[in-house]
Amino acid sequence: MRYGTNASACAAVVRRDLLLTWRRRGDALNPALFAIIVVVLFPLALGPEPNQLARISAGIVFVAILLAGLLALDTLFRGDHEDGSLEQLVLSPHPLPLLLGSKIAVHWLTTGLPLILVAPILAEMLHLPRSTLPALLAALALATPLLSLFGAVCVALTVGMRRSGMLLALLVLPLYVPVLIFAAGACNAAQSGLPFLAPLLWLGAALALALVLAPMACAAALRISIS
Amino acid sequence: MSHDPQRLPMSITLARLSRPDWGVSARAGGFCKLMTGGESNDPMPLLEASGLSYSRNDEPVFGPLDFRLHAGEVLLIEGDNGSGKTTLLRVLSGLLAPGGGSIRLNGEDLTMARLSHQVALLGHQPGLKADLTPLENLDFAIGVFGLRGGITPHLALASVGLEGYEEVPVRQLSAGQKKRVSLARLLLVPAALWLLDEPYANLDREGIDLVNRLLDAQARRGGAALVTSHGAYVFTTGSPRRLPLRATA
Amino acid sequence: MNTLTLWFHKFGSPPVFHRIAVRLAPWLFGIAVVSGLAALYGGLVAAPADYQQSDAYRIIFIHVPCAWMSLFAYFFMAANAFIALVWRIKISEILAMASAPVGAIFTAITLATGSIWGKPMWGTWWTWDARLTSELVLLFLYLGVIGLYNAIEDRRQAARAAAFLALVGIVNVPIVHFSVNWWNTLHQGSTVRLLGPSRIDESMLWPLLLMALATHVWFFASVLVRARVSLVELEGGKEWARQIALGKGEPA
Repeated sequence: MRYGTNASACAAVVRRDLLLTWRRRGDALNPALFAIIVVVLFPLALGPEPNQLARISAGIVFVAILLAGLLALDTLFRGDHEDGSLEQLVLSPHPLPLLLGSKIAVHWLTTGLPLILVAPILAEMLHLPRSTLPALLAALALATPLLSLFGAVCVALTVGMRRSGMLLALLVLPLYVPVLIFAAGACNAAQSGLPFLAPLLWLGAALALALVLAPMACAAALRISIS
Repeated sequence: MSHDPQRLPMSITLARLSRPDWGVSARAGGFCKLMTGGESNDPMPLLEASGLSYSRNDEPVFGPLDFRLHAGEVLLIEGDNGSGKTTLLRVLSGLLAPGGGSIRLNGEDLTMARLSHQVALLGHQPGLKADLTPLENLDFAIGVFGLRGGITPHLALASVGLEGYEEVPVRQLSAGQKKRVSLARLLLVPAALWLLDEPYANLDREGIDLVNRLLDAQARRGGAALVTSHGAYVFTTGSPRRLPLRATA
Repeated sequence: MNTLTLWFHKFGSPPVFHRIAVRLAPWLFGIAVVSGLAALYGGLVAAPADYQQSDAYRIIFIHVPCAWMSLFAYFFMAANAFIALVWRIKISEILAMASAPVGAIFTAITLATGSIWGKPMWGTWWTWDARLTSELVLLFLYLGVIGLYNAIEDRRQAARAAAFLALVGIVNVPIVHFSVNWWNTLHQGSTVRLLGPSRIDESMLWPLLLMALATHVWFFASVLVRARVSLVELEGGKEWARQIALGKGEPA
């Protein structure tokens, strides 16, 4: 008889979700592709004038990545709910917040990280000054996990619904407002040569808090919506 | 999760596999009750439900139910569609909070007992990832639930008749074969209590025999099981004492 | 059981709540209308015109009480949501869900009156002022709760999910306010402060406070009526609700 530890349970979740992403690796590119398409629309709508684009480039990059992350949220629990493996996860003797935390981590690795990797391309397309790039990447590194964590709580609330896209946006966007403000604020400050550490530190503090609280809230929300 | 507004009777059949000569008596009043008759020093039951009920939007779905399940017993819950069988299993597994009454596993409160690897649920959905192979699915189950001694994923798949399908993606299996993979998962995880929701569905005659053999083995090694069925399949293991009881009228 | 829990259980029993709601609501509506009209008279007629803004400032007698109510309703909703989730009291679920649309309307009125006020004062219908922006996010939070509540079929499950969202929102409200303030100072410098904390004359203060009373009472009256209706809907199968539906009056 071997019951396994919390760590081995989390490892099993991580291994399985990574394997699933690998088996459908074509789909994994979709969020990054979506972000690129959104960014392409802005010069087409605003005109190709580099200075004008550069001025608003950081904001556009963040909004594009936020929207891409929002679309990717749907896959977090949908498949697991449809085939019944979400139930099995809830029934596991290991703490549900820990298992969900692992799921969210993999989700960030497979959707958030590609978005960060594609961000320099987006920045270049919009003529963001090179000197701002480190601030942009740092803000993204802190903001995208936050988006995944906050989003997971809201997705957990809508897990049983067939069409939840618009509703999910309505639930998630108010939670994203502070993240967007601080992340884009840091970049704008860096771009105009102002100190940008403070908003990044706020984001870091929020991330530390959310890493602990969001999986628990996610578990509580999930228990409500599968009942 | 919509339920037929008109509730239909649900019956519970108790099959004692290891000790078929045990007496079973029933008392049906406002609720149905199963208890062992003439047993003076009753061992602690594996599962004990008292006054257990569940309501959805103030419409009672089942109960109140009282029953006990000892190690080595298989309890067959028979009822028509909408009689609350699935809901009962979901409550017993801890997925749903009971509306009233209590559930005790090995004398412990349900939530605590669940933390000690007592319950395995086989629901309507097989709980398998279509993109993974049976082996990968079972590895995940072992990671999350643990592993019973003396068995490996390969052995479990062989004993449900899926030898040679270890590396085939689950999406290419038939509904019955998927069910068999879920049954293999039951064999692997170290749960003392199985909650099987319609395990006979999608299975051929051979598969039905397989379920009965697995239930028999589970009872013999000191486990127990609750099995729901809408009555279309015959529960054939041994010569079980059947006790059809009506739930609340 | 102490007196408070006892009172909770008594008030929380659906027939008792229904009886109280039926008796109380007309009185509350009456008080709200009378005090509201008096406050309107005090604000629109009796109070003198402002030396800077002349008569345009008079919209504060509606704008400010509604802004207070938009926050108060959210706190009321979140408190009931907390009670509903922790102690599973049905009345609290219903009260939380009943206060969401009322609070959303107060928030919408705040935004509308703020924008109407902004036209003569700032020369524009909308400005990204910190408080207006926070209020807009608050409206989205309300709409999220209402949307989630209506999207789930099972009423009790819907109420619990929406109650959970309301609690997430209550954590979010101060964070949004803080971040928006930070964002606002970053972008605009200090905003126009129209109302200093203690610069208000007494002749303007009493209509404001009276209107605040009127909106509070109206809120409770409205919530009671809404809660009563959803209670009868939810308890439709029960004997007491059936008697009311059949027009046999209140059960004893």
